[in-house]
Amino acid sequence: MNTNPIPDPIQAGLASGWNVIDASALDANRQFEVDVAIIGTGAGGGVTAEILSMAGLKILLIEEGPLKSSKDFKMREAQAYPELYQESAARKTKDKAINIMQGRSVGGSTTVNWTSSFRTPEDTLHYWQKNFGLQDYAPQALAPWFDQMERRLHVTPWAAAPNENNDLLRRGAEKLGISTAVIPRNVNGCWNLGYCGMGCPTNAKQSMLVTTIPAALSRGAVLLTRTRAEKLNFKGDRVDSLSCVAISADGLAPSGKTITVRARHYVVSGGAINSPGLLLRSNAPDPHRILGKRTVLHPVVLSAALYDHKVDSFAGAPQSIYSDHFLNTDAIDGPIGYKLEVPPLHPLLISATLSGFGEHHSHLMKRFANLHAIIALLRDGFHEQSVGGTVELRDGGSPVLDYPITDFVWDGIRRALLTMVEIQFAAGAKIVYPVHELADGYTSWSSAKKAIEALPYKPLFTRVVSAHVMGGCTMSDDTKLGVVSSTGRYHGVSNLSVHDGSLFPTSIGANPQLSIYGITCRLASMLAQQLTGKPAPVL
Amino acid sequence: MSKALSRRSFLKVGVVGGLALATAGSIYRLVRDPETPRRFVLDERTRNVLAAVAPVILTGALHPGSDDVQAVIERIEGAIQQLPLKVQKEIQDLFALLTLAPTRRFLAGLPDDWRIAKQEEIAAFLQSWRLHRIGMLQTAYHALHDLVVGPWYADESTWASIGYPGPIKELS
Ligand SMILES: Cc1cc2nc3c(=O)[nH]c(=O)nc-3n(C[C@H](O)[C@H](O)[C@H](O)COP(=O)(O)OP(=O)(O)OC[C@H]3O[C@@H](n4cnc5c(N)ncnc54)[C@H](O)[C@@H]3O)c2cc1C
Repeated sequence: MNTNPIPDPIQAGLASGWNVIDASALDANRQFEVDVAIIGTGAGGGVTAEILSMAGLKILLIEEGPLKSSKDFKMREAQAYPELYQESAARKTKDKAINIMQGRSVGGSTTVNWTSSFRTPEDTLHYWQKNFGLQDYAPQALAPWFDQMERRLHVTPWAAAPNENNDLLRRGAEKLGISTAVIPRNVNGCWNLGYCGMGCPTNAKQSMLVTTIPAALSRGAVLLTRTRAEKLNFKGDRVDSLSCVAISADGLAPSGKTITVRARHYVVSGGAINSPGLLLRSNAPDPHRILGKRTVLHPVVLSAALYDHKVDSFAGAPQSIYSDHFLNTDAIDGPIGYKLEVPPLHPLLISATLSGFGEHHSHLMKRFANLHAIIALLRDGFHEQSVGGTVELRDGGSPVLDYPITDFVWDGIRRALLTMVEIQFAAGAKIVYPVHELADGYTSWSSAKKAIEALPYKPLFTRVVSAHVMGGCTMSDDTKLGVVSSTGRYHGVSNLSVHDGSLFPTSIGANPQLSIYGITCRLASMLAQQLTGKPAPVL
Repeated sequence: MSKALSRRSFLKVGVVGGLALATAGSIYRLVRDPETPRRFVLDERTRNVLAAVAPVILTGALHPGSDDVQAVIERIEGAIQQLPLKVQKEIQDLFALLTLAPTRRFLAGLPDDWRIAKQEEIAAFLQSWRLHRIGMLQTAYHALHDLVVGPWYADESTWASIGYPGPIKELS
């Protein structure tokens, strides 16, 4: 029985004749010839698809994940993680010390992200200009591109009251004289439910799934789902073709069918880890051995706390308050800074994240409704002791990130735990649980402070997570520093671009989606102009 | 115990531990399944491990000796089957290590078979892997932790017990 009252633009589009092919159901190998092949349908791929299709180019979109839409988004973790995330939301770094969340469905990570929308901070852009020769990346030069995307995706500061989870961050910080601000979100008619991470059930989130991709499909773009780009085949200084494999309906293994694509131009938008992975598998030119390096994460640590009253951290817009205080206390290339936000809490993820087992764990879970958490996102990639990790290929060709956490980063982790715990006590927490295998629940700031200062900081003792993987295809016009030029063109290859978060030479220092939207909007517009010889369309 | 001695025995456990994990995995695969396994299907011995470990990890949440035990094993199995095949293989190797008697004794420190192991022994095993000097055993602890608690609390039947109302009915 379908009682769902929400109109579903994907189902309507399919009914209107969009050209979407679920490759898991193919019974023969296929070949395609198009103007531009775009690999990945996330932030970078979505924006590129809309602009290039508006320019009149024939587009093929290639996505490893399935096409899911609001009718499928039931707000249940057990269903959403396997369907919508890379590796069932259990992707990890090589040493398994960091949990990585990335999307894998049409819309990529934008289908499951939490909608926080920040422009690239000015000091980050200045750092890129100074250290990576990205002269064009001045804040005022990028502003029109951010404007364009903010309009397109309805980015506005969250106007409703923050939920209690966010408001506790605001109140605690205020007590300590730490400034906070309201987060802009890319939503239109948001129901304030709190389930962004499982796919928006009301289509309020202006993800690529409901904006740029439908626009491209309505203009005749073709979308291949359950299709993994396996290898770019080079001939001289050009990509000659792209070999893809169809993936089984459960997403776990190749189905045995292959798809070959020939295009005038190829755009890699598989996201960090996956884009460098594809380029490494393809033996893309890399004379200075930098492909896959400088992969950064905004490593995240968290602190949970219990209050006497209900917090209901699962309900309401997941992120609406933030603080950049600890990004601004030191120089960008000084001791590592961190941004403070809160995560939405849902039973599967928080039960796995909370450390310990037995009574200790179940006692905390029983008070789930009173639980609050703060996260600190560390700004990595700006210091010689924070150069990020390296993407490697496993046997079989799948990419894995080797990301050693340096003492420089551990120092930030320790400071971040202290900050979060102090804020939670200031907000009235009764017991605070910094997430660390050797930490306890603490009932006072002084006992917590003493303990956190004495804890050992090493892999697998502190839960470290990331939902912001960036870098690996560093952008720089200096070929010794980057594999991609400031215009998104892969160095040494005449018909290959990279348009996604893997371009960034450092982390952003803010949730990255709007940085990807704005920057790829500019790159895609330049590419449209080069490929058509006409002025680029405006979104 | 002198420092030198503990260092030596640590090295020994490190090397042997690594070898044991690799060998147990390959022996297990050889014995259980002549083909390269694709999807990991839980067998009787693996279920016995989970039936022993899950009630300890979930003390206070799961009722031992009840249908809960069967239920959590089924949910764990469901979760494993949706993980990438290479991860399924790692989990299979982990259970190989836990089910083969010599590695169970040597690495998990459990003298008795899982079916008769005592709660305290199992808790001690979990705690020792949780803080183990060998990173691989620590990651194995985390795998068990996440595989047991995640699927348990993801299930609607447990939500009332933690005060979680679940998503709005009209859209879920
Ligand atoms: C849970 C979560 C919450 C987040 N919250 C926020 C937030 O609130 N604000 C914010 O700014 N950012 C947030 N982010 C991060 C943000 O969504 C990402 O940084 C952004 O979407 C990355 O864009 P991208 O184009 O680089 O890659 P993605 O959006 O990840 O898209 C890449 C796509 O390419 C596909 N792909 C990869 N390789 C291949 C291949 N070989 N063949 C075919 N397809 C392939 C993938 O399946 C995926 O769909 C969040 C991320 C997650 C996971």
